[in-house]
Amino acid sequence: MTIHLSIVLFMPLAAALVGALLLPQQVMRWLVFAATLGVLAYVVVMLADFDSGSRGLQYVTDDSWIPELGIRYQLGVDGLNLFLIALTAIAWVPCTLWSVFREHERPKLYFFNLALAETAVLGSFMAQDLALFVVFFDLMLVPFYFLIGGWGTGDRVRATTKFVIYTLAGSLLMLAGAVALGALSTPDGGQISFSIAELTRRSTSSGTQEWIVLLFAAAFFVKAPLFPLHGWIPETYRSTPLPVLALLSGVLSKVGVYGFLRIVLPTMPQGAQHFQELFIVVAVFSILYGSALAFSQDNVRLVVAYSSIAQLGFITLGIFSLDPKGAQGAVIQMVNHGLVVVPLFLIIGVIASRARGSESLSELGGIAFRAPVLATLFVIVSFATLAMPGSPNFVGEILILFGAFENKLAYGLVASAGVVLAAVYMIRFFQRTMHNRPGPAVESRDVDRLDFAAIAPLVAVIVALGLYPQFVLHRSDKATTARISAAQQVQSPVASRQSPGTRPVMVLKDVPKP
Amino acid sequence: MTLTIADVHAPVIDYRALSPLMATVGGSIVVMMAGLLRPRFVQRVLVPVLTALSLLAALGLLIWVWEPGDQRPIIEGALTTDTLALGLSALFLVAGLVTVLLSLRAEAVREAGPGEYCALLLGSISGMVVLAEATNLITVFVGIELLSIPLYVLCASELRRETSLEAGLKYLVIGSVGSATLLYGLALVYGATGQTDFASIADAIGSEGGVGITDPLLLTGVAMAATGLAFKASVAPFHQWTPDVYQGAPTPITTFMAVATKAAALAIFLRLFDQALVDTQTDWGPALAALATATIVIGNVGAIPQRSLKRLLAWSSVAQAGYMLAGVVVATTLGLRATCLYLAVYLLMNVAAFAVVVARERVSEHGDDIASIENLGQAEPWLAWPMTISMLALAGFPATAGFIGKFYLIDASVDGNYTWLGIVIVVGSVVSLVYYLRVIAVMWLGRYEVEMPTVPRRRVKPIGGWSPEAGARAQPEVSLVAIAAAAATILFGLWPNPLFDAARDMGSSLSGLF
Repeated sequence: MTIHLSIVLFMPLAAALVGALLLPQQVMRWLVFAATLGVLAYVVVMLADFDSGSRGLQYVTDDSWIPELGIRYQLGVDGLNLFLIALTAIAWVPCTLWSVFREHERPKLYFFNLALAETAVLGSFMAQDLALFVVFFDLMLVPFYFLIGGWGTGDRVRATTKFVIYTLAGSLLMLAGAVALGALSTPDGGQISFSIAELTRRSTSSGTQEWIVLLFAAAFFVKAPLFPLHGWIPETYRSTPLPVLALLSGVLSKVGVYGFLRIVLPTMPQGAQHFQELFIVVAVFSILYGSALAFSQDNVRLVVAYSSIAQLGFITLGIFSLDPKGAQGAVIQMVNHGLVVVPLFLIIGVIASRARGSESLSELGGIAFRAPVLATLFVIVSFATLAMPGSPNFVGEILILFGAFENKLAYGLVASAGVVLAAVYMIRFFQRTMHNRPGPAVESRDVDRLDFAAIAPLVAVIVALGLYPQFVLHRSDKATTARISAAQQVQSPVASRQSPGTRPVMVLKDVPKP
Repeated sequence: MTLTIADVHAPVIDYRALSPLMATVGGSIVVMMAGLLRPRFVQRVLVPVLTALSLLAALGLLIWVWEPGDQRPIIEGALTTDTLALGLSALFLVAGLVTVLLSLRAEAVREAGPGEYCALLLGSISGMVVLAEATNLITVFVGIELLSIPLYVLCASELRRETSLEAGLKYLVIGSVGSATLLYGLALVYGATGQTDFASIADAIGSEGGVGITDPLLLTGVAMAATGLAFKASVAPFHQWTPDVYQGAPTPITTFMAVATKAAALAIFLRLFDQALVDTQTDWGPALAALATATIVIGNVGAIPQRSLKRLLAWSSVAQAGYMLAGVVVATTLGLRATCLYLAVYLLMNVAAFAVVVARERVSEHGDDIASIENLGQAEPWLAWPMTISMLALAGFPATAGFIGKFYLIDASVDGNYTWLGIVIVVGSVVSLVYYLRVIAVMWLGRYEVEMPTVPRRRVKPIGGWSPEAGARAQPEVSLVAIAAAAATILFGLWPNPLFDAARDMGSSLSGLF
């Protein structure tokens, strides 16, 4: 069966353009929603059709775009991005639905931006050409700039400007890195290419790789965000409208860490290996720092915000353990984190509407009394977030920790403290909102039908994945392992467990890339 | 007297290749004559139409003589034609057309008289064409003066506005200093090499035992010539006149200066450094790179505190000149192409922005202050979108031509072993976000939930006997320019291959490059 990725990719944007130019806004918002459903349907077909035995790219689209610069319009799916594309498709449906039923100023612009954002995110997950990835990666910022600045709360213009400058600073550095990688890896007399597969085959000196890796890391760490590049977090999370925030935190944050697996490790294995220690330290710091701050926040959005930093720390740890298990865990954890964060923010929206808009833990409480359904949904999501055994997140975190124990035992041990801390802040979050004495302005009502329609399917997916995580593991296994194998070989060409002192440094350059 | 008339050889003139220049010079004379007739029809319709026709004719002739390859002489020893000259001339002509359209209802035209205004504009364009085709130090100087002197007058053409007169005077003084410095420099270069011809200078420097760049005469000459050109291109630290003159001059003329004068100055930078001095690139490269870096930093930092849109765009044009210098610095074919391509992109982006400023300053009580575009997104989306696209493009967002241009420049820098300059471009772009995004924020993210009092629409005062009976609101030609330029910015962002083809043709002109 042929699946045209371009159709999936541009469906939301096309629907939004048609709707914005030709249709009244009431029809347009439904058209955009229909497009997100269309993407989801297409992705479900793709999941069913996907050949899990292959480690190569499937459904490849490969056309010349800008021959002069060697940029190709190259899309493809493998086990690595399959589930991130699925996550994008899944997450956009409830967030769009949530928005469809609410009134906005200038709705056409709002839904146009929402749809453009979906296209950009899908594009950056599908892109198999480095320049194309950069294009979509930067393009993501435009709709989010407008969404946060136009429909946010509080000091939103300041927040959105800070957000965009932080992220674009990173991604422009990445642009320089990408161009440098393309230009410097071009053999004499050869044609410059940005195709990731081609870049993997070509080689650059390890000195070059090292500084280029740093440029990429700047972009990905800001996007994730990881400590210490998370400065945009508090203001942005406070100001962003909730459905947008759900997407920002649930889906966008994954693009960065995905970039490590897709681009950095295969194309610059020596550079990545060189900074392995540094990146692991950053990851572990993010876990501890995020957990500690999540525990001390009063604003519920910030609890989730800092917990995200910790979770992304885990994912990064998994990737840079340079171990198949760790990378596997990272991939599955990317999907899981997205799946729990989206409903979490929508639940925050429901909770806040029960407390006259207050999002402060000190003013919340006691909502569960007359809202059993909401409480049930919330408790499932909370347990998934704190990686309770039986939840998909448990599988992910265990795999990541196994990977870390394998290669970096000390860091793994420190990181496992993060698992405990997650329980602390999530249970605190749950209790202070749902249990305890009702807050002064709290009016306990159960979740209404429309919100239920947005949240419940996500919870169902979480439960399903908890019951059958092999669904993801089975399909992503081969591709993920292939992505890290080059860097893994650099790390220890002979066996995977050698003491660092005996690591033969000179051999590194001779290792052929697969 | 044995000398007979037959011994004096008239230079061989290729009239076919000369035809575009003849069209603009001839047009200038015809328009000036027509401007002497008093009927309203002649003043208001015939003169602009004749000007546009002359420009279009020149454009048509230019396409007719377009032929990639080496330089071919037009007038032996004075002018040559090649695709680089023709391509740049095309930019000047398009900029001229835009200026004519933007000037249709401008106060400056009424005050200075349409005939004089348009004739001076055509004269200036002729100077630019001469400059682009110059192959000789003397022709360079003639071109520079022919370009500048009409511009001094045009800057001061809004006779009743003090700032316009101030701009004219300032530009005259600074421009004369620049021209004088350039002339000194050219004289010294001649003194060192004994040649005025670019090709002969290149031979004299490149040959065995020839003049080295370390020759004090040549070194001083090159430095002074570069300084004179830096004045014209507003390259830091010779940029101080730019904000004042750009702000004071009538906005259509500002547009013309920002786009065409800059292109002309860069054209001669390319000729002088990439043709005459190409063999000593290792000597002047670092100096020019330092100049480019200073320009990027100063331009971007200077733009941040500006409230006036014209000043902001002036500072931004300083920074953009710095980006384009990067293509000159590397002295490779790739760098030449990148600069040419960026010049074209730069024209589109700036025309869109300036057209919006023209449209707004005529109706808004705030003039060119940033307040004049407050809430433009709601009030006049057809102006707000071009401005938004222009700002995003100038900042280098993907899916706009600005991204492609920057990508190409960075590619050229890396390829020419000036990776650090590529990173400077990137850092400059990050800084530039602060002010570009502010413009977008003012247009779209203003206090839209508060009912804004409608800005009183100030009608242009009737002056000099004939008033624009069309209200100031109706400026279809200005909106048309803005929308067309913005559409082209997006189009070339998605499909840049025509630009690359033209740039490749232009890059083939200078055969001495690497």
